[in-house]
Amino acid sequence: MADQERPFPPGAYPVIVIGSGPGGLQVAYELAREGIGHAVLSADEGPGGMFRRWPFFQRLLSWTKPYAPADRRSRAFERWDWNSLLAVEPELRGLQTEFMDGTSDFPSRPEMEASLTAFAERAGIAVRYGCRWESTRHEDGAAGNRFTLVTSDGEYTCEHLILAVGIAQPYTPATPGIEHAVHYADTRAAETYAGKRLFILGKQNSGFELTSGLLQWASRITLASPSPAKTSIETRSLVGVRARYVQPFEDSALGGGVDILSASIAGISQVPGGLRVDLKRSDTGMPVSIEVDEVIAATGFSCPLQDLPALGVATFGQSKLPAQTAFWESATVPGIHFAGTITSGAPGLKKHGIPSYSGAVQGHRYNSQILVRRLAEEAFGVVHEHPSIALGDLTDHLLAEATNGPELWHQKAYLATVVTVTPDDGIRNRGVEPLTNFLDSNGPDAIAMTIEADGLGAIYPVAYVRRAGKVEEHALEPHPFHDFEGTPYRRHLGALLDLIAPGASAT
Amino acid sequence: MWFGPMLTVEPSRVKTGLFGQTGLFGQKACRAGSRRVTINATSRLPGWRCIDHMATRDEIADALAGMTLFADLTTPQLLGVASRFEEAFFPEGARVLRQGLSGSAFYVILDGDAAIVVDGQQRAVLGRGEFFGEVSLLLGEPPTADVVALRPLRCIMLPGSSIEAFLIEHPRVTYRMLQAESRRLRNANRARN
Repeated sequence: MADQERPFPPGAYPVIVIGSGPGGLQVAYELAREGIGHAVLSADEGPGGMFRRWPFFQRLLSWTKPYAPADRRSRAFERWDWNSLLAVEPELRGLQTEFMDGTSDFPSRPEMEASLTAFAERAGIAVRYGCRWESTRHEDGAAGNRFTLVTSDGEYTCEHLILAVGIAQPYTPATPGIEHAVHYADTRAAETYAGKRLFILGKQNSGFELTSGLLQWASRITLASPSPAKTSIETRSLVGVRARYVQPFEDSALGGGVDILSASIAGISQVPGGLRVDLKRSDTGMPVSIEVDEVIAATGFSCPLQDLPALGVATFGQSKLPAQTAFWESATVPGIHFAGTITSGAPGLKKHGIPSYSGAVQGHRYNSQILVRRLAEEAFGVVHEHPSIALGDLTDHLLAEATNGPELWHQKAYLATVVTVTPDDGIRNRGVEPLTNFLDSNGPDAIAMTIEADGLGAIYPVAYVRRAGKVEEHALEPHPFHDFEGTPYRRHLGALLDLIAPGASAT
Repeated sequence: MWFGPMLTVEPSRVKTGLFGQTGLFGQKACRAGSRRVTINATSRLPGWRCIDHMATRDEIADALAGMTLFADLTTPQLLGVASRFEEAFFPEGARVLRQGLSGSAFYVILDGDAAIVVDGQQRAVLGRGEFFGEVSLLLGEPPTADVVALRPLRCIMLPGSSIEAFLIEHPRVTYRMLQAESRRLRNANRARN
């Protein structure tokens, strides 16, 4: 491509976004809507991010239900569509439904990539592809907070950097002999494993995805990691191995050739005719060894943050996630923001052990909306309207959000819809914000509504009522069909609302 | 990776040969190539510091080996704990536990200090190797205090729903926890008298 045809030549921009996966595209869309000058840079040759490569076998872990009980172009449909990016234009909504062949509610990788490509094209999202971010400088002086990005195309400067680079850098532990293993990212076509004895290091979804995909090819598959594997059915959340990959558990339970061990890996060594994996069982500490043909390290990925840790960006955990504020800004270097799967580094409350769904499109697409909206207000003087709500409509509004609000359903106990009540300004819809922000910031009398889950199977609305600066938590009852709009809910919530908006229950 | 001005370990750990079993510090330093780590045996702990990037499970397991709570576990068990718990980071001033809020978790401090705050009043400070959140989980009640990071705080965290199974599977950890609770109770009684 001739250089003059490529958007965003090197130079100064108010905001620079790095990445063209779902996170980068959603942020770019929101920045354009807010009218904030920006550049989007991506090392890839086209949109899609991780979905240009992964998952290898089978399909995504996230569903889209074309015939769900909501119009495909409506906001309510987002609850049933975990994959489409968000837009205000009806023709850009629910795009994933256009790219599904009817064989599964889980799109295939190419179907997901096609939907993201269509979104980028139809929304007119410009990206400078083939532009690799190489290093970073940070000046926080008289001229303000400024970042300089050295890229393969030249230098860019910005005041706000939004990183949507995914959790995409293969991670392997420093196990002795790990050089004999290949990482999940380098898995070959399934048929090349025909007749092989495989050892898979790691019992997360990626390990079970490979096992599921290779059941008909491998001669034997052993999976091991120090702690027991749990399924999402057991945890009642996205924690654990997803139900799509449950077949290896049954195979293992029936002695069908898959073995799932809780053991730490002492080492991998070459032996005649293959590799030997030495293990220590987690329960007894007893050593056990197995000979295999190949070892695959399904040990996850880390964030490709380049030199940002040297600039002071604190990270944590094996994935090197950056530590973040409630609004996904670096906790240690202001001006660096995050979008996409990296936002799972702002964990929220993890009530009952249930994490945010920020590691997946259905969760982080809302984070991007809120991030850009907040950035627009705080740094670019954009004023957003906070619509007024009539006292008589308040209860119904909140219960409708609890029943249908996609942000609340996809980001349980993480995002909340907030209404403030002040003598001067009346009742105002403040929209959706991170729950931790609501809990930790003082403010006027208000109510934050969430959907939460207790990790035992119940899903229910929770109202956080802030009154004279003090927040109290009130859980509403679960409902067998998650319909929270009936009379008992109106009564319960109405009584709570009366505390801050007297008369709310009378209507 | 763990390093500080000096990396310190408890002499008991060296004597029992836990370092010999895992050998992780030396290996990592060699593999990384860029950092030299000095291991000095000393009973003082302030030199422990977790640098501001990744802690692998091996490194967390080594850190846990130096803590009283996990002192009786074998290396494979420590690795099991390290992979079962999640690492969590809290910037200075962040609330880890919230007084009165349901659904909290059990935390063990890897690095940093945390204040126990009841109704806005600081009651105690917890440091490396100390733990919190277990009382509310064992009683099934919301925490009766805020726990606030006094400086950047790194913890490992286990969701409340997993604590019962974990304590039953690791009776030696339960015993150590009981000892710590007894100590807290004794000190509280002493303070009252």
